[in-house]
Amino acid sequence: MRKLKRVNKRVLIQTVIITVIVLIAALLCIFPFYWMILTAVKNHDLINQGTVDLVTFDLTWESFKAVFGYNGGLIWRAYLNSFIIAIVQTLGTLFTSSLAAFAFAKIKFKGSKPIYGLFIATLMIPGQVTMLPLFMMFAKIGWTNSFLPLIVPSVMINTYGVFMLRSFIVSIPSGLLEASEVDGCGWFRKYFKIILPLIKPALITLGLFSFIGSWNNYMGHLIYLSDPKLTTIPLFIAGMKETHMTGAAWGRIMAASTLSIVPIAIIYLFCQKYFVQGIATTGMK
Amino acid sequence: MRKRLTKKQKKENIIGYAFIAPQLIGFVLFVAFPLVFSLYLCFAQWNMIDMPEFVGFMNFKAIFQDRIFWKSIGNTFIYIAIVVPLTLFSSLSLAILTNRKLPMMKFFRAAFFLPMVTSTVAIAMVWAFIYQADGGVLNSVLAVFGIKNPPNWLQDSQFARLAVSVVSIWLKVGYYYIIFDAGLKNIPKELYEAADIDGASVWRKIWKITVPMLSSVMFFVTVMLFIDVFNMFNEVFIMTSGGPDYSTYTLSMYIYFYAFEQFDMGRAAVASWVLFALVGIVTVIQFKIKKRLVYE
Repeated sequence: MRKLKRVNKRVLIQTVIITVIVLIAALLCIFPFYWMILTAVKNHDLINQGTVDLVTFDLTWESFKAVFGYNGGLIWRAYLNSFIIAIVQTLGTLFTSSLAAFAFAKIKFKGSKPIYGLFIATLMIPGQVTMLPLFMMFAKIGWTNSFLPLIVPSVMINTYGVFMLRSFIVSIPSGLLEASEVDGCGWFRKYFKIILPLIKPALITLGLFSFIGSWNNYMGHLIYLSDPKLTTIPLFIAGMKETHMTGAAWGRIMAASTLSIVPIAIIYLFCQKYFVQGIATTGMK
Repeated sequence: MRKRLTKKQKKENIIGYAFIAPQLIGFVLFVAFPLVFSLYLCFAQWNMIDMPEFVGFMNFKAIFQDRIFWKSIGNTFIYIAIVVPLTLFSSLSLAILTNRKLPMMKFFRAAFFLPMVTSTVAIAMVWAFIYQADGGVLNSVLAVFGIKNPPNWLQDSQFARLAVSVVSIWLKVGYYYIIFDAGLKNIPKELYEAADIDGASVWRKIWKITVPMLSSVMFFVTVMLFIDVFNMFNEVFIMTSGGPDYSTYTLSMYIYFYAFEQFDMGRAAVASWVLFALVGIVTVIQFKIKKRLVYE
């Protein structure tokens, strides 16, 4: 009995120590966000003072107002453009890669294996290698300064998406498909009625990655979108850096950063489960 | 009977190709063709206005004599030396520490995941602000602890690389935490129970059970981390633009700079193939070692 008590005490002390360590790590993860939001709503005079106060709440909406007013409300355009690119790209890539994944997993057609092998072999190629010729191609056909170079390639080829969805579809028993054949169900019906509903979690995961990837794509936007009308959220924020770094500018940049994170944070809050599952399965291969 | 089968087979052939058509066309247009063309670009000079001109090994010569190219390769290896072990260590330790009943677990997990779901550009701005020499929160906190002359993090070539690495680690830990956490949950509980009966200490259990059982996941994470470092761009570009004195420059920035600011596509293409080769070499080496070391 006494021994048990001692063990319990030890476990308790261990739990307390571990909780403190993990808490410090969690605070380190959160601090930049706290600091960003605090600076965004802080009075300008306080931002660039020599001494830094972690908890001064002399709040003002000036920085946010300045961001919304910057360049005649350019931020709304940046939001709209970022959303258009991300949504079209995500929906498109989900459709084409699930179609191809279904074909590679369940339809027996000639050449399916070597073509799939070719797809997988290119999985490791860094984007920078194909980026240069693609830029030249798109410049040649006059697609620069439009969203097409950002949308079309990612809709039409997503080897990772095909690879991931295929691994889900393969595990669906073929019996399900054969049973529907008796009812005279064609391949398109099978795809829509059987496959898509069954792989919904995988589709949500892939969609999330695609959306976040597009929302954060900086280099691609930098290369293709130089027209201010086509500005996107990453370009908008990076553009604000050009203004002089005084206290007021930092306040504005932090306000803009806060605003850019809001959509992703909301999506993430609703889909955390799928997000975590998606990442967890990548390590299981 | 045989005829019907072939008819069915024929139909499946057509349907199969119809289904993969968008991706197959995309593959040819946006992967295969650019890949071949990029290889040609390595041996060509092209300023995006005139026609590409074949120049043999000139681009290779130019790049291998370029101090900045070697500097960016050197930086890449320094980043690897800092970012890979520290990210591996922090994400694995956090996963092990949280692999038990703890209070506020939901809050902890949400906090760990936050950095990776946010816009890199936005958060790199925040870090640039934190690192600022005067008025930056980091140096003010250091001053409280009595450090009189804290470094000007992003402007000092001695510290800029470290400062950028810290941000890079901070961005990645959550992602690999999830992978390790999933790996830990896959280890059979019986192993630990058996060790408890033998009276094994916590450290012994970690070394003799957790680490060997996770070795395959650890290899996967290492490969991914190497590739992450090879591709470092956003955070560096925003925080330091590669400076001071190219001390934070990366290969990705080198490619970007030569392609889209100098319009020297040939040189950028060679640099991109160097990056490709590095990714390939690391992957092959690690899978060779894995075969020998990993317990499965």
